[in-house]
Amino acid sequence: MTEGTKSIYIGDDLAAIRDQTREYVEKEIVPHASAWEDGGVPRSVLDEMAGLGFFGLRAPEEHGGLGMGALASVVFAEELGRSTYGGFTITVLVHTDLAMPYLTNFGTEEQKARWLPAMVKGQVLTAIGVTEADAGSDVASIRTAARREGEGYVINGSKMFITNGGIADLVFIAARTDPAAKGSRGISIFAVERETPGFKASRALEKMGWHSSDTAELVLEDVWVPEGNLIGEENRGFYYIMTNFQNERLAIMGQALGESQRALELTIEHVKGRHAFGSPLWDKQVIRQRLAARQAEIDAGRELAYRAAWLSDQGEDATRHVSEVKAYVGELANRVLYDCVQFHGGMGFIAETAVERLYRDVRIASIGGGATEVMLDEVAKRL
Amino acid sequence: MNVIVCVKQIPDPATPYRLEEGTNWLIRPEEQILDDTDRYGVEMGLQLVEPSGGTVTVVSMGPAGSGQGIRQALAMGADDAILIEDTSLRGSDALTTARVLAAAVGRREFGLVIAGTESTDGYSGVVPQMLAEILDVPALTYATKVEVDEGSVTIHRQTVAGYDVVTSSLPAVVSVTAGVVEPRYPTFKGIMDAKKKSIETLSMGDLGAERAPEQLVLSIVDAAERTAGRKIEDDGDAHEAIVALLAERKVI
Repeated sequence: MTEGTKSIYIGDDLAAIRDQTREYVEKEIVPHASAWEDGGVPRSVLDEMAGLGFFGLRAPEEHGGLGMGALASVVFAEELGRSTYGGFTITVLVHTDLAMPYLTNFGTEEQKARWLPAMVKGQVLTAIGVTEADAGSDVASIRTAARREGEGYVINGSKMFITNGGIADLVFIAARTDPAAKGSRGISIFAVERETPGFKASRALEKMGWHSSDTAELVLEDVWVPEGNLIGEENRGFYYIMTNFQNERLAIMGQALGESQRALELTIEHVKGRHAFGSPLWDKQVIRQRLAARQAEIDAGRELAYRAAWLSDQGEDATRHVSEVKAYVGELANRVLYDCVQFHGGMGFIAETAVERLYRDVRIASIGGGATEVMLDEVAKRL
Repeated sequence: MNVIVCVKQIPDPATPYRLEEGTNWLIRPEEQILDDTDRYGVEMGLQLVEPSGGTVTVVSMGPAGSGQGIRQALAMGADDAILIEDTSLRGSDALTTARVLAAAVGRREFGLVIAGTESTDGYSGVVPQMLAEILDVPALTYATKVEVDEGSVTIHRQTVAGYDVVTSSLPAVVSVTAGVVEPRYPTFKGIMDAKKKSIETLSMGDLGAERAPEQLVLSIVDAAERTAGRKIEDDGDAHEAIVALLAERKVI
């Protein structure tokens, strides 16, 4: 088992998943990913990963997956995160852990049989369209609406900051199905396929970080979908979103932990080799103690994440614990990367060094998937 | 056709290894990995059976430890494994290894036995040939390409100048070089399924095999430390010095 990652929560299966993902990332991702920062992750790479079963961790075995739990998602995300290419990592995680769970957790058997095998094989890439220009962490205030028409629904509205929005073959769209219902009560989830008339990714949004990740604004103009594309039950969407948020937050915090850990390792390597005032920087207590403190915090965050994932896998309501992880690790990753850039000196400010890229990439960790402030209130509500 | 692939679990070459005092035997940790050269053998075996059916069995001798190395081969797609584990085999030399592997291989029906040319920890480089001799089948060695056709096997045998084309009847033993094929990554499903596959563990008693007369390691000497390279200062004629140096080494 990889040194430094042993934990009471991680058994042989997860250790094997970790080793396999790490080897793949080191050999097949890290040497090439720099070129993807302009232009995105090639579909051929995603196809290869699908072929190795990377997209089926959470899908049930009868649909071609492995039926594993949230702990597997955290470990997988950590190892992708270690690539130091946040855009690549999120491209994968949006598919495997943010979007696909809508189908695996709430889809009918018919819907699963229809789409899941193709999603596991990478033939259907997915995204999740909840966020709107005026509704982010405050999901209940979305305005996109769907009204019944014939044997289906007509959807109108727009979605903002949708990761994989421009490359996904299928997007799970949150829309208001009961205009009279208050806030969170009248929202439903629809599977909308890319070729559906009236549905389009209108523009790619440029970002501070995650440069290889596709982020789009989606527009839905009189998009008709059949009843069979309604995921689960009508008006239960808010509950689905809140449930899936738990997994989403664990996965993206796994990513942040992997990125923080790798950035710290690269920084330790750097300060051990870099001499100033007659000795390696590592010999200066102020530097090595700061890095040691950050390592302790990363270790703490990792165990916190494992525990929350484990609780969730036991079928318990882990909302408080997941919110703690999201609030703690999201902020921690930013502190770690601040120090990593600082201790790289001028090199840390040079574009395309790993810590420079990660410094930009982790800024979203305390925002995306639920801002720290929202997360802490979720914790406070339960104290 | 059934293929048997000889594999070895070795200590991770990325970690420093230690020798036991007195015997000079390599201390084998609980966690060992599949020798990287064996990934080529396993891949070759899988590619040979995939079109026409048949099984790939991996055979290994040594302490089981966590079994991680064997499971790596099973995760790639090998069907089952035979592991010969016996404390009396500690410190075995190449001939004993070949005898033991031959005894284990002889328990199965096979068309081809594949092995790497040499292990990454022992480097004796003679086990495949000895194995063929004991099994009384042809040895085709240093293969950079392997093809099987109706009862015969043809390889490209790497030479200094290029390669020889060598053909023999089956069954046979083939030793493969790194690069004969590109080893696949195990799929996640392969990793999970590997745990359910059979690993038959045999002792020397089960095999009815005996150790060969011993090879003794009398002493071990550390490799000489690398000396510093030669620096050529450029006073405008460095290129001439470099050309002369390369010519002297017969590089150009």
